[in-house]
Amino acid sequence: MSGLWRGIALAVARTSLTLFLASVLIFVLLRLVPGDPAQVALGVDATPEAVAATRERFGLDRPLLVQYGEWMGGLLTGRFGESFVSGQDMSAIILDRTNVTLWLVIPSVVLALLVATVLGTWAALRRGQLDGFLITVGSQLLMAVPGFLAGVLLVLLFSLALGWLPPSGWVVPNDAFGPFLARLVLPVLALTAVQAAILTRYVRSAVLDVSGADFLREARAKGLSRSEAMVRHGLRNAAVPVLTVAGVQLSSLLVGAVVIESVFDIPGVGSLLVEAVGQRDMVTIQGIVMVLVAFTVLVNLALDLIQAVVDPRLRVVGAEA
Amino acid sequence: MPTRTPGTNPAPRRRALAAPALPGAGPSRRAVLAGGVTAAASAWLLTACDAGHTARDAVAAAPPGSVTLALTAPPANLDFTTTSGAAIPQALMGNVYQGLVAVNDDGELVPALASAWSVDESGTRYTFELQKGVRFSNGDEFTSATVKFSLERVNSDAWTNGLKAGMAVLERVETPDPLVAVAVLKRPSQAWLRSLATLIGAMFTPSAVTGLKGAAVGTGPFEVTSWKTGQSLALTRRADYWGEPAASPQVTLRYYADNTTAVNALRGGAVDAVVGLASPELVTPFEKNADYRITQGTSTGEVVLSMNNQAAPFDDVRVRRAVMYGVDSAGVMATAYDARGTLIGAPVPPTSPYYEDLNGAYPYDPARATALLKEAGVYGSTVIFSVPDLPYAVAASQAVASDLTKVGLTVKITVQEFPAVWLQEVLTTHNYQMSVIGHVEPDDLLTLLSSGYYLGYDGARVASIAARADAGSTEEFVAGMREVVRTAIVEDAAADTLFLLPALSLMRASLQGLPVNSPTTALNLSRVVKA
Repeated sequence: MSGLWRGIALAVARTSLTLFLASVLIFVLLRLVPGDPAQVALGVDATPEAVAATRERFGLDRPLLVQYGEWMGGLLTGRFGESFVSGQDMSAIILDRTNVTLWLVIPSVVLALLVATVLGTWAALRRGQLDGFLITVGSQLLMAVPGFLAGVLLVLLFSLALGWLPPSGWVVPNDAFGPFLARLVLPVLALTAVQAAILTRYVRSAVLDVSGADFLREARAKGLSRSEAMVRHGLRNAAVPVLTVAGVQLSSLLVGAVVIESVFDIPGVGSLLVEAVGQRDMVTIQGIVMVLVAFTVLVNLALDLIQAVVDPRLRVVGAEA
Repeated sequence: MPTRTPGTNPAPRRRALAAPALPGAGPSRRAVLAGGVTAAASAWLLTACDAGHTARDAVAAAPPGSVTLALTAPPANLDFTTTSGAAIPQALMGNVYQGLVAVNDDGELVPALASAWSVDESGTRYTFELQKGVRFSNGDEFTSATVKFSLERVNSDAWTNGLKAGMAVLERVETPDPLVAVAVLKRPSQAWLRSLATLIGAMFTPSAVTGLKGAAVGTGPFEVTSWKTGQSLALTRRADYWGEPAASPQVTLRYYADNTTAVNALRGGAVDAVVGLASPELVTPFEKNADYRITQGTSTGEVVLSMNNQAAPFDDVRVRRAVMYGVDSAGVMATAYDARGTLIGAPVPPTSPYYEDLNGAYPYDPARATALLKEAGVYGSTVIFSVPDLPYAVAASQAVASDLTKVGLTVKITVQEFPAVWLQEVLTTHNYQMSVIGHVEPDDLLTLLSSGYYLGYDGARVASIAARADAGSTEEFVAGMREVVRTAIVEDAAADTLFLLPALSLMRASLQGLPVNSPTTALNLSRVVKA
């Protein structure tokens, strides 16, 4: 049991260190980027005195260490701080917008994993055949399609030409679940298409890797059919690298979905970040980056756990370490 | 640390190995994991079912007959006293906040909270008769004390918007009667009265000037009932409005980051109009569609090709003139805005009282441009063109660069992030040779020409003319301001005005009452209605 506690303590320490380093990095980098939030707020007619007064009001004239300390103090008590630009407390807004994006990203990655597992395995098993070749070419093609183009094409077809689904917008799930789902379908499809294409290629090569392995031959010798052997032993082994990639996609899509958010007018965290960067709204940028880092750390942690279940070899090595 | 090398070792053959039960018969790892995933998922779902509530717009709850408009530039907040830009006054001026006077669609001054006004012979005492029975949306009464509070507050530190300079001429406001306000100016000023129709003339009630970023309390026909930063603003008709009530029970402004998405929302029925389209090519497919209507009016957004008058080679007036001859403004407008703008020849829009057509001052004349460049000794040299990353600016810069290269000035375009980087490099530190941007504030000519502004123009050349014009009669004001324009723009070639941005809207044919022109930054929504 002490090993488990040590593991937990290590994980907590590692997470805290990551978050701390990220906070310093984002704080310093933001202040090195050209652009003054006060100048941006006041625009083209601002006098230098007005800019100076606004900097003072934003608290930007104080020593950096004081600013950082204040921000950290807020973070530790769960407050991200007030936006320079809108004057609102950003804590609730950032978390809420993150939730919106998670609605896009989680179903997309899960769907992409399912599609990719089937197609990638099929393509590997049918290597050298026409259908296997077509899947490979198709996934390569889809990978080259930018997400926003997929989005625009889906809107043109399903919303404007066929009129099946609304072209854009967001409805809070609790307000009306049907309309919420109707608006979720196209953006999730747009994200899934590209992600599935990428994952299909990983699944295919991972399955190809294991398909020549001794244990599969052994499984066949035991009397399993080729597909039985693949499903029961091959996929489990192929899952490790694929899950790693899917985890990375999950984290990167949280911001990467911004283009899709823009095409479908979805109030996600990516749009909020892009807007905040444009306005040099440091409080908001810092808050979002911290949420993203925390999310990425969590995803990696979960991934480690899932992989330990999927592949016992990892947990044996892990326990000994 | 677990190692993650996808090996070629056989996978476990017995199920017991895959999920070994812990000694002491605890739950299996697989069960723990499944439980963990379920717990995490349910925890997330608890909050996730409310996802987006901070951006929820008020459209679903709007009363029948309400109108939803798509716009593309969201206000950062609701406080134009400390935040500049056109987006806040566009939504709030005239709808929520009102001034003593207003400007109509043709650019003429009309009564608003003042029913009448007069000026004494010295030109420094303006007497305003105020409308009776006016109340702010929080119930506060509007009186001459409100006028005094609001106008004098512009000159205090509470205001940081650069436009506050327009109020500097005000000495004090006297309140001889609750319904009479007398504004005393330091010197006569024609421009001051007109500026009262802009945001610096907005009336505020003293009880509601804290928290202006998130709430707006005014005397107008609408009140703000929902505001989701960057997303939507709902304006609801006031039953207790002092004038003619607004035509629609609610007008919701929805802000779209992308013009195509906004137009798709119109086609999909989520909005009734797209106001202020910044991608003019998107309206072309609707030109022959009877279900939609396109309106194109004039705005106050002059697209100015700036040449740093303080830096070589543009410190030589011959080089600036060469650029004005060498750039084909009509061609630039065709490239940058699908030819949907107005050629104006000077940074004064047609709705301005002192507008005159100066397109003939610098006709497109490449040969003359080349001659001037050779005379100035810069033929064949290279200039850096700092371009903000706005679609129209980037498109315009390419047309300008192509024109200038033909006449003998090589142009290197560097695109800068707008607003942050452009404001710092071009506007604040003047670290540029040539740039291009739309100046959207109404009556911004004298700002453009002031010394120390990024154009680098020597404002002293026109300051005395402008001062005389401002202090004179209405006719003298118009004549004087025209002289300012001719001196600075025609004679000194301070900057090249490429074209005036259009006020371009695309709407359902059934939508009525949307203003065509934008002579100020305000978008008057009181007459907008679905037929």
